Amino acid sequence: MITVEHLSGGYEDVPIVKDVSFTVEKGKILGILGPNGSGKSTLLKVISGILPATAGTVLVDGKNIKSYSPRSLAQKMAVLPQLHANAFSNTVREAISLGRYPHQTGFFSHWSERDEQAVQYAMEQTGVTRYEHTSMEFLSGGEQQRVFVAQALAQTAEVLLLDEPTNHLDIAHQRQILDMVRKEAMECGLTVIMVLHDMNLASLYCDELLLMDNGSVRALGAPHKVLIASQIEEVYQARVTTYAHPEIPKPQITMMPSSSEYQQRAVVEKSDFHITTDYIQLKTNVPLKTVSSAVHNPGIGWYDCFLNRSVAGDYVVSDVQQEVMVFLQREQFSPTSTVVMLTAVPTQLYALNEYSAPFGSVFVAVTAGVGNAVDVSRTHERQDTPYIGTINTWVIINGCLSEEAFFQALMTANEAKTKALQAENIRDHRSDTIATGTATDSLLIAATQKGEEMRYGGPITNIGKIIGKGVYETTVQAIHNYKNNA
Amino acid sequence: MSKTVLAYMTAIALLIISIWCGVSIGSVHIPLEVIWNKAADETAANILWKIRLPRVLLAGLVGASLAIAGAAFQGLLKNPLADPYTLGVSSGASVGAVVTLFFGISLPVVGLYALPTLSMVGAVLTMIAVMSFARIVDRSLKMETLILTGVIFSSFLGSLISLMIALSGEELRQVIGWLLGSVSMRGWPYVQMITPFVVIGSILLWTQRRELNVLLYGEERAKHLGVNVKRSKYLILIGGSMLTGAAVAVSGTIGFVGLVVPHMTRMIWGSDHRHLLPLSFLNGATLLIICDLVARTIIVPRELPIGVITAFIGAPVFSYIFYKQRRSKGVRV
Repeated sequence: MITVEHLSGGYEDVPIVKDVSFTVEKGKILGILGPNGSGKSTLLKVISGILPATAGTVLVDGKNIKSYSPRSLAQKMAVLPQLHANAFSNTVREAISLGRYPHQTGFFSHWSERDEQAVQYAMEQTGVTRYEHTSMEFLSGGEQQRVFVAQALAQTAEVLLLDEPTNHLDIAHQRQILDMVRKEAMECGLTVIMVLHDMNLASLYCDELLLMDNGSVRALGAPHKVLIASQIEEVYQARVTTYAHPEIPKPQITMMPSSSEYQQRAVVEKSDFHITTDYIQLKTNVPLKTVSSAVHNPGIGWYDCFLNRSVAGDYVVSDVQQEVMVFLQREQFSPTSTVVMLTAVPTQLYALNEYSAPFGSVFVAVTAGVGNAVDVSRTHERQDTPYIGTINTWVIINGCLSEEAFFQALMTANEAKTKALQAENIRDHRSDTIATGTATDSLLIAATQKGEEMRYGGPITNIGKIIGKGVYETTVQAIHNYKNNA
Repeated sequence: MSKTVLAYMTAIALLIISIWCGVSIGSVHIPLEVIWNKAADETAANILWKIRLPRVLLAGLVGASLAIAGAAFQGLLKNPLADPYTLGVSSGASVGAVVTLFFGISLPVVGLYALPTLSMVGAVLTMIAVMSFARIVDRSLKMETLILTGVIFSSFLGSLISLMIALSGEELRQVIGWLLGSVSMRGWPYVQMITPFVVIGSILLWTQRRELNVLLYGEERAKHLGVNVKRSKYLILIGGSMLTGAAVAVSGTIGFVGLVVPHMTRMIWGSDHRHLLPLSFLNGATLLIICDLVARTIIVPRELPIGVITAFIGAPVFSYIFYKQRRSKGVRV
């Protein structure tokens, strides 16, 4: 455990670090973030005693670091600065063995079993064992960096200070080093303070973050309390936005390039829709921002090809993903930029309408197979497995929607669909009540993101009104087509 | 481990061979027998015991001192071109020695050791002056800065010596020959004179072998690893200067030994100072004994100053290291 109290200090008489306080408990990892020149590395140097502290104290294990001898402090605290190789060639093993220096005392002290174990362990953890007898000068920057991490690890200290340990490392080795640090912290109670440039890595691997701004603490706390877009924007003077990590509950941050304002945007026209017997296709030159419950590429993303594919009524549903993949490859569609929905309805029964609006225009395309419609309030009474019925609805917007508007648009469109089923008196045969949809309906909202952003997409907004009207009318039309065909 | 053992065995074997060559080769042949049977050949025995052996031992001690001092300086300064000669420390020691002779200084307690003591003082002062000046010029103590500063100080101190020689008239003329570096006609008193300095200086450096390994990664890193950097630096500087002072006091300025020997040793056996220091010591002794042998036999009956031979080997090696350092990318000096 390490405690820093009101620490100030830096080069000569100019204090770069001003009044920094924090505590890192045993087994925890603190990440220090901040723009270039905000004093991150200086803070680490003042903590490790390389630069003088003009005020404040650093306590390691409850004892002021000034009361330790250099050697006994090195047994407690290991530091990995940003390093360079030296003019003489050491082998990897020799370099790592230097980490044992603080443990070797006495005139003739020899290499003990513990020294050997610590070095072996450090080499294994950092994956440099196979370079053991290689000269440092023959290693790449990344490999050297791992050797230096191993050197610090071989010190077997309780506190580890790391200055950009992932410098020069590719993503696999970044992960390896940080996973290892995390494991050492959790399993062996290593207390870690590390300076990181990459906010996303810091968020993923640190228990707490310290955001430095101009030598002072701007924010300190759990990642979600520090990585707040407005705060980061202010400190870094750069536009950013936060989003959730897909697997773990940590915020991630991404920058918004200023060129995004000049980003080319699509304009969707009716001629962009193509209908064959196999599918209804929309192809745009520039990707659209899309939110959907499609079979292939669902969720949120940017796509430039949309397929509503007609399959036979006896389509085997067991491995849909695989079958769709084969289909895309056979038809030479790009699997990464194409969204695919499936329907049992023949493609010629589609309905497609264009609606003009103050901000641009909206296309609504629907295929409605309502033979197996269900009443969602009564489905709990059923035991049967779902089967293809499928009303597929696309809402393509020449306009710009906020995240919030996208989800409101989904709701608005779905309500309009349900209303259309009611108007057409589509019934759930089992319960003999008005149906609300089918078991496998799919909905897609895609927008060009061109023009002024629309914050909301509810029923009485500009966009909501058109979606409501458009989806209702088009669904009714598609149901008629379906009924007439049957 | 076997590599280390091999390194020491090779070094010791070469040393023994060179000592044997050093005492046996020359205008008078020395039969092996006289070592244990003085009566076998009285003249040969006298030459062996009174002239050749002290000369060989002196050459060995001087070579060992310069080599181990060079290895330590290079480690401390992280500079493969540092050695007592290139840093100007040898010149400083010479000034100390010449001053002693010029003013006929005799120190009360040290007696016989006045000459090496003052040489050592000259060496230490020069080392401090060179380091401070170089640091003012360039905080990061780049390789070139340090060597250039050494050259500047060397020529300045050289002119001081010339001045003293000019002022002294005839009696210091012999000093000129001495300045070029030679171990001839010194005899046992000189061996006796430098031995304590060589022993103490070498032990001092050897105690810092692990610190030197760590210091290769810079003072900051050494601090992180728990080295008392200030103390280590002083001990290494004092130890190195003591050895340089002692060597210069008895033999004048012999250049490049401290550069060539550690470089070769490092190239073959690696740069771990735990072994680099003792191996440089042994190999330095061997090299200088051989150089001295060449110096006195190559153009018989005349003798070359030993410094000529070492410079002949040393300057090309210096150029080679410099070339290699500048050409290798990724290694920052």
